[in-house]
Amino acid sequence: MGLNAKNKKARSKERAAKILIWSAAVSVMAVLFFIVVYILVKGLPVVSIGFLTEIPSNMGRSGGISSTIVGTVLITLVAVAIAAPFGIGTAFYLAEYTRESIVTRIIRFCAESLAGIPSIVYGLFGFIFFVIYLGFGYSVLSGGLTLAFMILPTIIRTSEEAIKTVPNIYREVSMSLGASKWQTIYKVVFPSALRGIANGIVLSIGRSIAETAAVIYTAGSVLRMPSSMFSSSRTMAVHFFILASEGISMENAFGTAALLVILIFFINVVVNMLVNRFIAKGR
Amino acid sequence: MSKYVFFILALSSISALALITIFIISRGAPIIGEVGFFDFVFGMTWAPGRGEYGIFPMIVGSVTVTLGAAALGVPIGICCSIFMTEFAPAALRNFFRPAIQLLAGIPSVVYGFWGLIFIVPLIREYLGGPGLSILAGAVILAIMILPTVISITEVSILALPPEYKAGAMALGLNHWQAIKTVLLPAAKSGIVAAVILGIGRAIGETMAVIMVLGNAVALPQSILDPVRTLTTNIGIEMGYASGTQSQALFATGIVLFAVIMLLNAAAQFITRKK
Amino acid sequence: MKKILPLIFTALAVIFAGCAKEHHEAVIVAGSTSVQPYAEVLAEAFAHIRPDILVDIQGGGSSAGIMAVDTSVADIGMSSRLLKDSEKWMWHVEFARDGLAIILHPDNPVENFTIEQLRGIYAAEITNWKDLGGKDARIHVITREEGSGTRAAFEELVMDGKFITPRAIVQASNGAVRQLVSNDKNSIGFISLGLVDRTVKAASLGGVAASRENITDESYSLYRPFLFITNGAPEGDAKIFIDFALSPEGQRILSLEGLVEGMNP
Repeated sequence: MGLNAKNKKARSKERAAKILIWSAAVSVMAVLFFIVVYILVKGLPVVSIGFLTEIPSNMGRSGGISSTIVGTVLITLVAVAIAAPFGIGTAFYLAEYTRESIVTRIIRFCAESLAGIPSIVYGLFGFIFFVIYLGFGYSVLSGGLTLAFMILPTIIRTSEEAIKTVPNIYREVSMSLGASKWQTIYKVVFPSALRGIANGIVLSIGRSIAETAAVIYTAGSVLRMPSSMFSSSRTMAVHFFILASEGISMENAFGTAALLVILIFFINVVVNMLVNRFIAKGR
Repeated sequence: MSKYVFFILALSSISALALITIFIISRGAPIIGEVGFFDFVFGMTWAPGRGEYGIFPMIVGSVTVTLGAAALGVPIGICCSIFMTEFAPAALRNFFRPAIQLLAGIPSVVYGFWGLIFIVPLIREYLGGPGLSILAGAVILAIMILPTVISITEVSILALPPEYKAGAMALGLNHWQAIKTVLLPAAKSGIVAAVILGIGRAIGETMAVIMVLGNAVALPQSILDPVRTLTTNIGIEMGYASGTQSQALFATGIVLFAVIMLLNAAAQFITRKK
Repeated sequence: MKKILPLIFTALAVIFAGCAKEHHEAVIVAGSTSVQPYAEVLAEAFAHIRPDILVDIQGGGSSAGIMAVDTSVADIGMSSRLLKDSEKWMWHVEFARDGLAIILHPDNPVENFTIEQLRGIYAAEITNWKDLGGKDARIHVITREEGSGTRAAFEELVMDGKFITPRAIVQASNGAVRQLVSNDKNSIGFISLGLVDRTVKAASLGGVAASRENITDESYSLYRPFLFITNGAPEGDAKIFIDFALSPEGQRILSLEGLVEGMNP
């Protein structure tokens, strides 16, 4: 083939490839828009003050979803309140107090694997262990503990990565100024790593809110407003699942989904932005 | 003193994670012993009411749905990553990336529902069958694994030294040729890792697929047949399983656990092997 | 920064202080998705008489409810099937009776089955609607999950020992089955008679329509008991609720909702 012909062929291939790639990107955007816009268009009209403040009645056909909002908040709160200190503490221990060895690598590999375990397996564990074996029953506590176990590996992993990116020179300078290990950690390393740690926690919060499989058999699906740790309670995701799969009320299903999508968007994008800006500023 | 506190926290976390592992293994292992490993993994009939615990149809279900998702999602995902790193103007890129993040945050039940009202009827109308099928599951999962595939592939391409592309262009290759013959092969290990992790994500999904797969316990004969995966099997039967049946579910959990660990190990091995 | 750790622990303590209340502040009723809507109606009426007693209703299926009572996760179990021999030690009462409706898409030309035909369909021996006088299309068989009381009732009343085909689509609640049948013209399913609405149609069996009257005089043969189950004789708040269900007022509410009187009241 002459050089000109080769060039022409190469250029038409390039054009074809460009078209392919642009179409891929455009179709993904289209699908995303379709899903999100469809949910919002069908769901937002349903979201009113009443929707947000009344509890569901008639199995969810009427009323609002206030109890599920509270349930979601409580269960997520329990999960993060438990998993965060333990996860961050573990990350600090692994990163600051131990030397890299076979043991730490095994621990890290196990944490990575556990982070990948399907949430239904956590649900199965939580159901048999917390609900039945420990006798907590279907409750916010069972749900929160199960979620805590589920997000723990992720928090350990992201925190450890964040801690590791803190330059060693910070630590050396701190120690050389006479600070103790503990002072170095909470005055120097922690603030530096805080952004990464916070991002990991925000990620886990988003995951907990969206979670259904691990929650439906541990926190249960009762519609009443939870009154204590031992109340069974429905989360928004579970409520949506039940309304949608049983065809109880498409309207309310869309409303719940719209609220969920907005909430998750808010947490993932807005909170992350605030966290990054606030922490960057505060230093 | 502080070391002691951190040590306690670390020990508790690790004990908790060990607890899950031991709990699942101890509850699941007996049935593998009772029924026999081969009868369990390769048994064709799942009928706990009659004492039959073969999970092979579910394994086939998981594999076909996951492979289908990968076949659809991986090429599109890689194209999107190339789009983001090579073809998108900066403004579009800053819009695309949070959009992918949003895609990742949408709850899986919402995907399942969307699949139920759009994909399933489409399949039922134009391709036949009940619509609840391997195909429906594969389409939904393909969309769900896109963020994983895209973000990891993007990172691998961005990690390449700029000299690679500059050198290729200097040698007279056009843009696409440079991507195809230089950048992609160089980012290969990252791309493979992205695919493996995407597969791991797809295998673990439960709620999205429980709504669109049909959950039949028989071996599927075409992609339009309803099917059950390892995860949806646990999801459907968990509420009332007792005794041997719940053991079988834990044993399924062990199988899933093992598969995920293998996939993770493979992904780590490949990315380390630079 | 130093204050954060103690703050977290205090927060945890406050959260767990909420646990100081005793377990089960409400009567937890769990089980059959067929019984669930009726239990909810009873609970709502009950709340007017005894606003001090909270009743929480959950689904999960008959077997799940029975297991929940067995493991004390629930106070009262709901079942839409008879108890198995291994479960008969638990206290139970039949508080109502419910029909089992065979549902089809409203556009399906088929309107009537014999028991044998129904059995054949669910055993995958009859696979095409044209064998029943309908269109030339494959029958999409829909069933409930294994732990479902509705499925157990169906198996006992219809299948006569034959197994439901493993190729059947499985859905985990009455509502899900109904939703599926209302969307798929070639499907067939079975649900609680009380849940049949305008989105599906109930077939007649041997010429007898599925209706409350035909169940009361037993000419429509597909019906099953609705049971409340407790671990040992019911006591306390659970007993008060069950007594309400069995009372004339409770029975009146249930029959208004479409249920038939049970054997025990």
